[in-house]
Order: sequence, then C-alpha cells, then structure tokens
Amino acid sequence: MKVLIPTPLRSYTQQREVEASGATLAELVTDLERRYPGIRFRMIDEQDCIRPHIRFFVNSEQVRDLTVRLSPSDEVQIVQALSGG
Amino acid sequence: MAGILWIATRKGAFALRPDARRRTWKISGPQFLGHVIHHIVADPRDPKVVLMAAKTGHLGPTVFRSTDRGRTWKEAAQPPAFRKAVAGEDARSVQAVFWLTAGHASERGTWYAGTSPAGLFRSEDGGVTWQPIEGLNDNPQYRKWMGGPQDGTPDGPKLHSIIVDPRDPAHLYLGMSSGGVHESVNHGRDWRPLIKGLEVVEELDASNVAFHDPHCVRLCTLTPDRLYQQNHCGIYRLDRPSTEWVRIGRSMPKSVGDIGFPMVLHPRDADTLWVFPMDGSGVWPRTSPDGKPSVYVTRNGGKTWRRLDAGLPSGSAWYTVLRQAMTADAHEPVGLYFGTTSGEVWASTNEGSRWRCVARHLPHIYAVEAAELGR
Repeated sequence: MKVLIPTPLRSYTQQREVEASGATLAELVTDLERRYPGIRFRMIDEQDCIRPHIRFFVNSEQVRDLTVRLSPSDEVQIVQALSGG
Repeated sequence: MAGILWIATRKGAFALRPDARRRTWKISGPQFLGHVIHHIVADPRDPKVVLMAAKTGHLGPTVFRSTDRGRTWKEAAQPPAFRKAVAGEDARSVQAVFWLTAGHASERGTWYAGTSPAGLFRSEDGGVTWQPIEGLNDNPQYRKWMGGPQDGTPDGPKLHSIIVDPRDPAHLYLGMSSGGVHESVNHGRDWRPLIKGLEVVEELDASNVAFHDPHCVRLCTLTPDRLYQQNHCGIYRLDRPSTEWVRIGRSMPKSVGDIGFPMVLHPRDADTLWVFPMDGSGVWPRTSPDGKPSVYVTRNGGKTWRRLDAGLPSGSAWYTVLRQAMTADAHEPVGLYFGTTSGEVWASTNEGSRWRCVARHLPHIYAVEAAELGR
C-alpha cells in the first residue's frame, strides 16, 4: 500500500511516497524497517508506543494503535505533529 | 591535523578548526541542521572515529557514527534502548542520548552512553549496536533513586559523567541527576553509591541517594585516584581510597558561590581545575553571578581560587554554560573553551588568563569537546 513519508523521515526513504505492506499498522512499520533500516525506532519507542510527536493516518483518519488492521488499498500517511521551537 | 572543537547544539552540529597557533578559528556546519545534538565525542583511541548523540523534535533518539573525522556519518543499527517492560513494570523509553564516553584504551570499539531518563548502555562494536547494562538499569534500588521521566532536572533525569579508570577497564564511575555518584568495579554488573560528604538541598536527608544531584564528575587521567565534582551543592574533591568527598568550593568568594555545571581538569596537573560559577541563589537562575561571567581556577586542589575574566564581558552578560559545554585541549599552555546557551564560543590559549569569543550567533550550545588539539 501507499505510505506518505514526512520530511524528517525522508533521509531514510529518499522519497515522499513509498510502498510497504502489512495486515496491521505494526506489520506495516516492520516492513518499513526492513526496507529502510532505522526508521522504526525514530517513530516507535522500545515499548512499542508511537512517539509523542508522530501521528499515523489511515485513509485520512488518525489511528493511535499499532494493532489497527489494514488492507492493501489503504493509504497510510505519517505526519510530524507540532513540537514547539 | 590541527584538531577540531566539536560544538553540539540544540539545532545541529558545528566544528571549529584552529590555525596552528590557535589564533584564528574557522567554523564549519551546521551538520544535521535542526537535530538536537547533546554530545559529540571523538575516540581518543582512533581520532578518525566520532560519535554524535542526536534526536529531533519529532523523531526518537539515536547515535550517528563517523569514521572520517566527521565528514560523513552513519546511524547506529541499534541505538540505546531500554528492554521491553514486562506486565506491571514501569515502561521506560530513551528520550535522549545525553552523554557519550569512549571505553578503555585496551577495549577498542567499546563505548558507553548515558541517557534521559537515566540509563546506561554499552557498545562493543564502535557504536553500531548498543546494549542496556542491566546491573544499573534494572537494579530495583537504582530505579527508585534515578526516578522516571517525571523526576530529575527540568529537562528530565540524566545519566552523565561516565568515567573509565585508565588503569582498569572494569572500574567505572557515573553520575545521575538526580540519583548521586556511583562506582562499579566489575564492568557495571554491580554498583555502589559514592555520596559520603556530599551536601544536598537544605532540610533534605543527605543519606537518601535520590536527593543527590552531581552536575559533573571528572577524574584526573594521570592521577586516577583523584576525582573532582561540580555538584548542585558545591565543588568537591575525592582522593581514593577514601570514599568521602571534601567540599573545596567553600574557599570561593561568597558573592560568587560554588554552584555551576561544568568542570575542567588540567590534563597534566591533578591540582589544577577550572569551573564556571553560576548563580545558585533564590530560584536558581543559573546564570553568571551579577551578570559578570568568569572562570575560576585553583592551582592547589581547591585550597584557593582565582578569578579569570580578562576579555570576558564586564557586565550585563547572563551566561549559562552546561555541563558538557566546557573543555580543555592538551597544549602547553592548556587551551580552554566554553560555549554558552546563547550561542557563543569562548577560547583561551593561556589557561584562562585571557579569553576571546571565537564564534557567536550559534544555537543553544549543549556540548563543546576538543579532538586532536595538542595531542
């Protein structure tokens, strides 16, 4: 499925839009890590929590749980939230 | 190779390179513009290798590694991270890699990292992969003392001042803000507090390790039984095998006090060290007392102190210098350097007798470290 990458993470992907797969958001992130080593820990901490200033949207709806199910036609957008100066 | 002064800032990494006489300095950077860089340390065992502790406002903490003196960088494959919490346990995640220390000369490739919240990590492959040191991180007593993310200093609790005894790779010291000073003689498997003689904020119990806030601990490389400490409550000296710190800051002028963050030791003289006093009165402004910045030096192990402010602003300069933001080179006479949170770098090529500003308008400076300067 299509995954939109925010600018802070493009040093990993080198592109704004990438393809990745997974039946859940957790699996999708794992696939992103396989394709772009190091990217997962910048978004997800060691307790498997989404970092405070990272947001995931699936088909424009914000999701906060890595167990949310995905289908191949979904579009996932990763967004950097506001984090001050 | 004339050496490098690495400048870690809240918005990226910079480098200052001097001419052979250290009179003119050329700045380069920023590298990693926008990244929060807490520490940049060159490997004394192989100065081509440099490690950088980084994060951003959005992205999690990591370590970057260079093998060409900072020209190119590669991210750690496995950055410092706590182990996954089990049910019912407080879950900790590294918010920032705060401190980097190269391992013992005999252990090439070994590095230590201190984090916020307080955690200790070791790499044995030059910083590529990092493992938690369970003897500290998972000791229930220590977890109580070091606290969680809500404890510690305003920017979060920190583990810092990781020191490796040059005579023994298994002998380590560290400081936690808060959480006290600790020592291990078996590579970090077991630890014991080293807080006797240290004072704490008035009316608190000095026997409670959690109340101790070491700001910066340093060991004399050529006289490794001598340690010094800039603490939240004064300047101290420890001569091993004694386990009792002696407050040597009481001989500082009363109007200046002995509060501050950084502490720099002379590379060849165990009785000489420099501090940068800050205002610890009232609500703890932690700026230069009375707006008049100065370095102070002792040449006799803390018996007497002398003010060194020639060239520094004579007033209206409210500098804050953080614990990693002051360092020395190995020249004769020793060069001293400090960076301010207002983005200025000051240098002295004569052990503090005269200062001049060698860079300004930089972001908030977290750390200043010399590499290959005079070595």
